[in-house]
Amino acid sequence: MRQLALLGLVFAIIGLAPFVISSDFTLNAVIMILYAALVGQAWNILGGYGGQFSFGHAAYFGTGAYTVAVLQVQLGINPWLGLIAGGAMAVLVAAIIGFSTFRYGLRGSYFALVTLAFAEVLRILSNSVPFTGAGVGILIPLDQGPANLQFVTKQGFFWVIWLITLAAFVTVWWIGQSRFGAQLMAVRDNEDAARALGVEAFRVKMGAIMLSGLFSGLAGVFYAQYFLYLDPYIAYGPAVSVESLLVPIIGGLGTLFGPLLGALGLHVISELTREFIGEFPGISLVIYGIILIAMVLFMPRGLAGLASRLRARPFGTRAKAAEGSHA
Amino acid sequence: MPDLAIIIPSVLNGLTTGALYALVALGLTLIYGVLHIINFAHGALLMVGLYAVYFLNVQLGIDPYVALFIVPPLMFALGYALQRGIIGKASHGRDENILLVTLGLSIVIENLSLFVFKSDTRAIDTPYSFEVVEFLGAFLPLPKVIAFAGALVTAALLWLLMSRTDLGKAIRALAKEPKGAKLVGINAEHVFAMSFGLGIACLGVAACLLLPSYYVSPQVGHGFVLIAFTIVVLGGMGSFVGALIGGLIIGVVEALGGLFLGESLGQIGIFLIFILVLISRPTGLLGHKV
Repeated sequence: MRQLALLGLVFAIIGLAPFVISSDFTLNAVIMILYAALVGQAWNILGGYGGQFSFGHAAYFGTGAYTVAVLQVQLGINPWLGLIAGGAMAVLVAAIIGFSTFRYGLRGSYFALVTLAFAEVLRILSNSVPFTGAGVGILIPLDQGPANLQFVTKQGFFWVIWLITLAAFVTVWWIGQSRFGAQLMAVRDNEDAARALGVEAFRVKMGAIMLSGLFSGLAGVFYAQYFLYLDPYIAYGPAVSVESLLVPIIGGLGTLFGPLLGALGLHVISELTREFIGEFPGISLVIYGIILIAMVLFMPRGLAGLASRLRARPFGTRAKAAEGSHA
Repeated sequence: MPDLAIIIPSVLNGLTTGALYALVALGLTLIYGVLHIINFAHGALLMVGLYAVYFLNVQLGIDPYVALFIVPPLMFALGYALQRGIIGKASHGRDENILLVTLGLSIVIENLSLFVFKSDTRAIDTPYSFEVVEFLGAFLPLPKVIAFAGALVTAALLWLLMSRTDLGKAIRALAKEPKGAKLVGINAEHVFAMSFGLGIACLGVAACLLLPSYYVSPQVGHGFVLIAFTIVVLGGMGSFVGALIGGLIIGVVEALGGLFLGESLGQIGIFLIFILVLISRPTGLLGHKV
């Protein structure tokens, strides 16, 4: 319960942003941090709590993004419906990927490889079929108004992403408390032992991948509406997959607040990079890669792990398990 | 339905490409077989090798086939250093950590080269680039025929190394029974790094054989890395013969897929094979503890 109160407090403070921040530039930064936290929290459900490292979360993100864009551009369907459809399609893709991998017991490296391959297949497909605009990409026409999930000011977008991200965090809080979450973490820590105790590992992992896909897909919908442009590389390319896993790894795998810390940390780092090195193609990804390596080498428990080490008590549910496995 | 006059050259072409894929996959399967890790940086390191061959040629006028004596040893040293200095230290007892570190390495290497070399596609000019060999009514580019032979020779050399030398014995011992190998005095860290270095040296050979008929760009490794994974999975993780045969199969599938479905959709065939093989042969795949 204390965690939920803390969560409410944190989001209430973030919710003050539109009232106290007048510059669009700063509000945009807050929006992008929330967005990164959402993408990371989605991955965290499956990777952090479930221990299944996906290298292809772009599959869900891109599906959500393309769904809302294609429905709007090709069929004239309202993006609010597209938001629901995008989430649903992402869940469907997640269910297909989950079913075809977990059914056959793929774990670890194999799971990572297959998810990467699925994202690549989708990227090539979206590059080849006409209704996604193929390689040229798809442009959502500018038609501002709350009814079109496009807003004249940043405030509107802020509340949309604030709500979706809050929903993701509350879901993860629930995972931390619930029977489902306990089973999921048991599968992560020792699948064979969990099964021996009667946990239906397949069903639990399916639940995790579908929840994870849902929030990734919703992030994709938000991205499409915010930037109004998509191409196969943006939607299904490796950048999204990498960002998804980097955020919780920096923040702290399998912890409630890890993705928020990670999103904040990543944002600060990329701003500093821009400040000191400047805008060059690829340079921000170089920094991401270096951070990823450094985190795994020196701080496998992330910022949340650091915080808990300083306070000498677990910050999240993962702390104890992580201590055991890294010993 | 295209007739045999089109299919045969296409298959032959696929075989020559497949031999190069096999060479890339050989390194991957060696690393997997011994270290039980999947090296995500494999494609990026191939790209490093290609740039090395490219600059040796453009700056110093060294022929790519002469570079066979320069680039693979350099790549070996790079691989040894990477394993000893970074990858080996990252595991903390969890395979996932190694996955993440090699993923991080590939991101760094690829984007650093994007930063330094821009996304230009570069190729080299050799007197034999456009020579062709006629075989079974098909005209095959000479560099590809040489690459085909080179891949087979490399596989044979690797096999000899593994079966006839002390290093090979140590590598195999460590792969089969790490604890026992350490007990009899094998320096595990050194042998792990040697295996990783050998796997990366294979990429150096592949780069020398590849460049005369191919190009280099920062993203060039991308196309190879999933193909190499597919081959390794298809042939059985850790098996040299499997990698060789798997490479040839994939080369032919790609050539025929391109012929029937067009260039961009043709690639999908490879990924579909990959996914199908991975999910349909779980027992064979999970034979090793992942």
